[in-house]
Parts: sequence; structure tokens; C-alpha cells
Amino acid sequence: MADAAIHGHDHHDDRGFFTRWFMSTNHKDIGILYLIVSAFAGLVSVIFTVYMRMELMEPGVQYMCLEGWRLTAAAAGECTPNGHLWNVMITGHGILMMFFVVIPALFGGFGNYFMPLQIGAPDMAFPRMNNLSFWLYVAGTSLAVLSVFSPGGNNQLGSGVGWVLYPPLSTGEGGYSMDLAIFAVHVSGASSILGAINMITTFLNMRTPGMTLFKVPLFSWSIFVTSWLILLSLPVLAGAITMLLTDRNFGTTFFDPSGGGDPILYQHILWFFGHPEVYIVILPGFGIISHVIATFSRKPVFGYLPMVWAIIAIGALGFVVWAHHMYTVGMSLTQQSYFMLATMVIAVPTGVKVFSWIATMWGGSIDLKAPMLWAFGFLFLFTVGGVTGVVLSQAGVDRAYHDTYYVVAHFHYVMSLGAVFAIFAGVYFYLPKMTGRMYSEPLAKIHFWLMFIGANLTFFPQHFLGRQGMPRRYIDYPDAFAFWNYVSSWGAFISFASFLLFFGIIWHALTRGARVTENNPWNEYADTLEWTLPSPPPEHTFEQLPKQEDWDKGHAH
Amino acid sequence: MAHEKNHDYHILNPSIWPLAGSVAGFIMLYGAVRFFHDGGPWIMLIGLVGVLYVMFGWWSETVKENKAGDHTPVVQIGLRYGFILFIMSEVMFFFAWFWSFFKHAMYPMHPDGISPAVDGVWPPAGIETFDPFHLPLINTLILLCSGCAATWAHHALVHENNRKDIKSGLILAVVLGLIFTVFQAYEYSHAAFGFSGNIYGANFYMATGFHGFHVIVGTIFLAICLLRVYAGHFTPESHIGFEAAAWYWHFVDVVWLFLFAAVYIWGG
Repeated sequence: MADAAIHGHDHHDDRGFFTRWFMSTNHKDIGILYLIVSAFAGLVSVIFTVYMRMELMEPGVQYMCLEGWRLTAAAAGECTPNGHLWNVMITGHGILMMFFVVIPALFGGFGNYFMPLQIGAPDMAFPRMNNLSFWLYVAGTSLAVLSVFSPGGNNQLGSGVGWVLYPPLSTGEGGYSMDLAIFAVHVSGASSILGAINMITTFLNMRTPGMTLFKVPLFSWSIFVTSWLILLSLPVLAGAITMLLTDRNFGTTFFDPSGGGDPILYQHILWFFGHPEVYIVILPGFGIISHVIATFSRKPVFGYLPMVWAIIAIGALGFVVWAHHMYTVGMSLTQQSYFMLATMVIAVPTGVKVFSWIATMWGGSIDLKAPMLWAFGFLFLFTVGGVTGVVLSQAGVDRAYHDTYYVVAHFHYVMSLGAVFAIFAGVYFYLPKMTGRMYSEPLAKIHFWLMFIGANLTFFPQHFLGRQGMPRRYIDYPDAFAFWNYVSSWGAFISFASFLLFFGIIWHALTRGARVTENNPWNEYADTLEWTLPSPPPEHTFEQLPKQEDWDKGHAH
Repeated sequence: MAHEKNHDYHILNPSIWPLAGSVAGFIMLYGAVRFFHDGGPWIMLIGLVGVLYVMFGWWSETVKENKAGDHTPVVQIGLRYGFILFIMSEVMFFFAWFWSFFKHAMYPMHPDGISPAVDGVWPPAGIETFDPFHLPLINTLILLCSGCAATWAHHALVHENNRKDIKSGLILAVVLGLIFTVFQAYEYSHAAFGFSGNIYGANFYMATGFHGFHVIVGTIFLAICLLRVYAGHFTPESHIGFEAAAWYWHFVDVVWLFLFAAVYIWGG
């Protein structure tokens, strides 16, 4: 089977280092590059959060001072609070996470590496453009990081406007840091759109003979739907931020009431992109989790067809709920009612997915290997985030919760905990396939428990803070909020430690991990095509297209 | 690359263009930001030259691959999908500009900028708009004729491979496209409203301006096809580049029809 797939040859690789990694037209290498760069962009973004949690650990401002930033509270001298620095941190963290960490890791990394393998395609439809997506992503990341260190508002470095870039904050911000951030988003958008075009074409045009649409593995389905969301939503964002750019630099008044413009318009256009965006972030994670849960429950995934339709439904509904992010801007009651209803409807397909995962595990022979632990973590945390999402979807309740830490807790439960746990599940699940080395199971379990405890400790108390009325995006708070902020900060430090441990685990696996000799180190329920290939797969896969019996187990539905 | 492949998909050799293009794009955008903030335009222009060079080099290579027979029927289907998807993303880009236009036209802001009161008027007081049935109507006809000419060339290629008609059709399409651009520039220079300081001008110039940019790109695209026809490229079976140019041109046409109907007639 494997022989047929790789067409028996020694996979001697005669490409030079530069040719292989800088001029690549190989979806597997490009996938690896995406994963590496997003890991480091993630590290930068996480360091920002650790600094923010340090600042929030106790009331008063100890670290982010106008006199200069510090790392120890004991440092001598006055500390005048530097709100701009704080705002730059939240902005940088948001932009990096949304555009430069999670999407590149899930969509760029796993999508690139495994979608073509799962559908038995020899590569992507446009292998060279695939590399353009990657390098534009690097160019965008560079612009984003440069933005943090360029002259910005308040005669300081960086832009402190929040990742949503709302005017008038974003149009009034001084310096050119903001313009760099806008171009960073433009470039990352172009990268994602090209990637989406590539993925959709590959999916539609390059499935192996016999693989009809509803025989495609769930991860590939999730990438396909994600691609549509990217293709249709990111260009709209590009328009909106182009308006910001001309408002800032060429005197247009799209968002300036003094010239007849409307700042609320920006919020509408931004969230028309922004809500699909959160599904762009989470959908590929859904795909990975489906495979992990099926594999480690030793059962085929429950309800394949409803799972596919649920992904499609979530993707479609994602386009018609955007204004639930802006209940308080003064929309009519009718509009609020509509957006509230539409938002709650999303809970239905999401429920289909969650219950199908549980049903997959039901009666299964569950093997708590690291990927499965992460999938469990995902399931629990994503459900908590989903439930608080239903709470927030109610326009009336949102009056109290809007812009409080309750919202912060909610979206970190679905993204920082949902999407990121899915990434880690994917990393451990696919590491032996991608590298031919097995990670250390005990270390991976320690990583999981540290992160699970740390992340819950960070974000669960933020629900309490939000309910007590603590607003988000402030550098300081009254003493009444001190206790749960202290707890939350410790949670962040624990999570950060687990993230450092993760880099160590990967290093350990790459240098000392046991060699994986078999094609499929898990079990026969990891039954998609990537598991019929050697670990790691050779440079060119499926030079002989796979035969239907290699992948069609007929038990999916 | 030494292995034998047993499928019709296109496996590409490593290429420097993506990296080069991204570096050039980075330089161009960084330079643009400095340019906006009173730096000279030079960094931006260097980056722009780099980007254009990469486009030229990359697409030349694609043309060579086509001649070498890499574009098998299944690859051609993929290229078609890819280009349609690209046009869809372009449609969504214009969606943003139309959104802004319709929002402001249907719910104009109060002249004193009190949000969210919607008791303003559209076009805003003091704005004198173009008469849609003079130059804009002529331009509409010009662009539609250009689209017809491109279709004529397309049919001449697909059905009878009549090289003479292909050339005539493309020349006509390109020339009409150029005339459109010139007329549009003439119209801009005679506008009674400015680009900055008022929402009408912002919507008008950005929407029609981006459309104009697409007209220029489409004209170049068609002109390249014309040169390739002279060089003997394109057969009735294999003419992806031509088809993409024609689709793009029709897309530009349709956007114009919406602009003409909404911005010029209804919103004027």
C-alpha cells in the first residue's frame, strides 16, 4: 500500500538548504515553515501577554512606566503609568494572534501539510503561489512587528488602538506605526486569500479517483470551508482598512462625521469580516479534533455527514451575525433582535459537533495519549466558551457584559483555549508523521496539565471580574478586583512556563525522540491517507495516485 | 525531481519568485508608509519596480511552462477555478466600497455630524454631481463595446482559430479600454467636488478609482494577450491566459454597470 503510494524509490533528497526552504514549491515543506514561523510569532505574542499579566497582577502601575518599561517592581524611582505602552501591548497581542499565529498554524501549517495528503493529491494546485502565501505571511509579520517599534501615538513607539483598529482612535493615532499595522493586515490578508484560492482549487480539482465530496476526511472539509470564509471575508476587511489608510493620510472622511462620514460604518465592515474570522480560526481545529478523537477512541467518527454539514452551516451562518459585536452602538431593536436570534442559531450546528464528538467517544476504547488529552481539553474548554457565547449573544445581557472581562474570558476560552488546544492536539498527533520522531509522552502530558491548569486559572476568574464590572483594555483597576487578577496572573505565568516546556519537548523529540518506523504509529482508526505514507513522507508523495482501497474503509457513513 | 510521476498534475521546480516578490512587496509598502509621512518616494518606487519585475518574470515562466505542455487538461481546470476564485475575492473587495456608498446614500449623516441621526440628504448639501447621461453613459457604452470586442476575439479563437479576427477583436478591446481610462481621467479633472473633506468625494473617487485601476490592469492583461497572439501563442484547446483576461475584463464591465447604476444614476 505504501509502496504503491510512493512508487518505490529511495527518497534521496538532493536539494540544497536554500533551495529547499527558501524557494520551496513543496506543500509539506511550506507547511513546516508555516508551523515554525507561527510558533515564534506566538512566542512574541505570548511574551506580550505575560508582561500584561505582570502589570495587572496587583493594583497600581508597577512595570509600564513613562520613565521606561521595567521587569521588576523593585526597580527604583517613580512610576508614572504609561497607558500607551499598555495599549500597544494589547493591540500587538491581538493582531499577532488573530492574523499571524493561529490562522498560519492551523490553516497554513496543518492545512498545507495534510489537506493534500488526505485527499491523495501529489501537491497543491498552485505550488509556487503556495510559497508566495508563506513569504507574504512573513512579510506581513515583519511589518506587524516593525509597527510595534515604529513612531506611533502619544510621541511613543507603536500603536495603541486595539486589534479592531476602530476609528477615530486608529485614524487619529500619530506617527506611522498605524500605517505599518494596516499594511501588515493587508499583506497577511493577501497571503490568506491566495492560500484560500489554492486550497479550494486543490480540494475541488485534485481529489484522488473515487473520493467524492462526502468521502473527504473531516479535516480537509474544515480547510475547504475555512477557505471560503477567507476568500469572501478578507477582501472586505481589505476595503475597510484601505478606508482607514486614506482617512489617515489623504483626507477622506469615510469615518469622520465632520465630513459626513460615519465611524460606526467601520465597525460594521470590520465585523462583517471579523465574525467569519473567528470561525476561520476555529474550524480547522474542529477538523483536527475529529480525527484525534476518532483515533484515540478506536471508533470511526460519529455522524460524518452531519459533521460536514455542521461545518458548512457554521461557515454560512458566520456571515450573517456580525453586529452582535456591536449591540451597544445604537442599533434599532429590530436589528438587535435579528442578530441575537441568528447568533443563537449557531449554537445548533456547534452542538451537533460537540455531541458527535462525545458520541464518538461513547463506548469507545479510549486511549489517553497526549493528543487525546488535548482534544479532551479542547472539548471541555470550547464548550465553556461556547456557552458563555450564548450568554453574550443576548443583546439585553450584553448591556451589562459589553467590554468587560467577561467578554475577554469568553473569547479566550474559544480561541486561546479552543483553537490553541486544537493546535497542540494537532502538533502531538502529527509530529511523528511530520518528523519521523516520537515526542516524549510524559513530558507532553505535563505540558497538557500545566497548560490546562494555567489557562483555566487565567481565564476562569475573568468571568468573575467581568461580572463584577471590570472593563477590559485598562492598565489599572480598583483594589476590589485585586484577588482574581492576582490569580489570573499566576495562571498566565503557568501557561507561559508550559509554552516554554513545549519548545523543549519539540527540541527533545527532534534530537532524541524515538524513531518512528511504521507508517501509522497510532492505530487503524487513524485511517486517512497520510497514515499510509512513511514517517516522514518523502519529498514527493502520491506520484502514483492512491487506490480507493487504500483509503475507502466504507465505515464513515 | 528525478522521479517519474504518474499523474497529470503540475509539479513545479523550486522558484525564487515568491521570496523575491515578498521582499519587494515589503520594501514597497514600507516605502509607501514613509512616503505618506513626508519621506521621499524612492524606497516605495524601488519596491514597486521589484514587484513589477517579479510579476513579469513569474508570468513569463508560466507562459514557458504552458508552451512546454505542463498545462494538461486537469491543470487547466485548476487554473480556471483559481482565476474564478480570484475574481470572487475581487468582487468582495468592491463589496466594501459599495457598502460604504450605500450606507451613506441611504442613511446620510446629519450635516453637523451627529451620530446616529440620519436626517441628512444625499448627495450632501453643496455637492454638484455629474450628469450620468453625458460622459458616464458614453463610457458605459465604450466599456460594453470593449467587452463585446473581447468576446469576438474569444469566439474567433475558440471556434475557428481565425488569427486575424482575434487580433482585430483584441486591438479594439484594448483601444476602447484606453479611451475609457482617458475619459475617466477627463471626468475627474472636471469634477465639481474634491477627494478629501467630504464623504461624497471619498466614496466616489475610491469606488470609481479602484474600478479605474482594474480597467488599467485589465487593459494591460488584454494587451499582453494581443502580444502573445502575435507571438503565435494560444490554440483553440489551450488559451488559459486569454480566457482569464476575458473573464477579468467582463468582471470589470459588471462592476462598472453597478457603479453606473448606483453611484452615477441613483446616487447622483
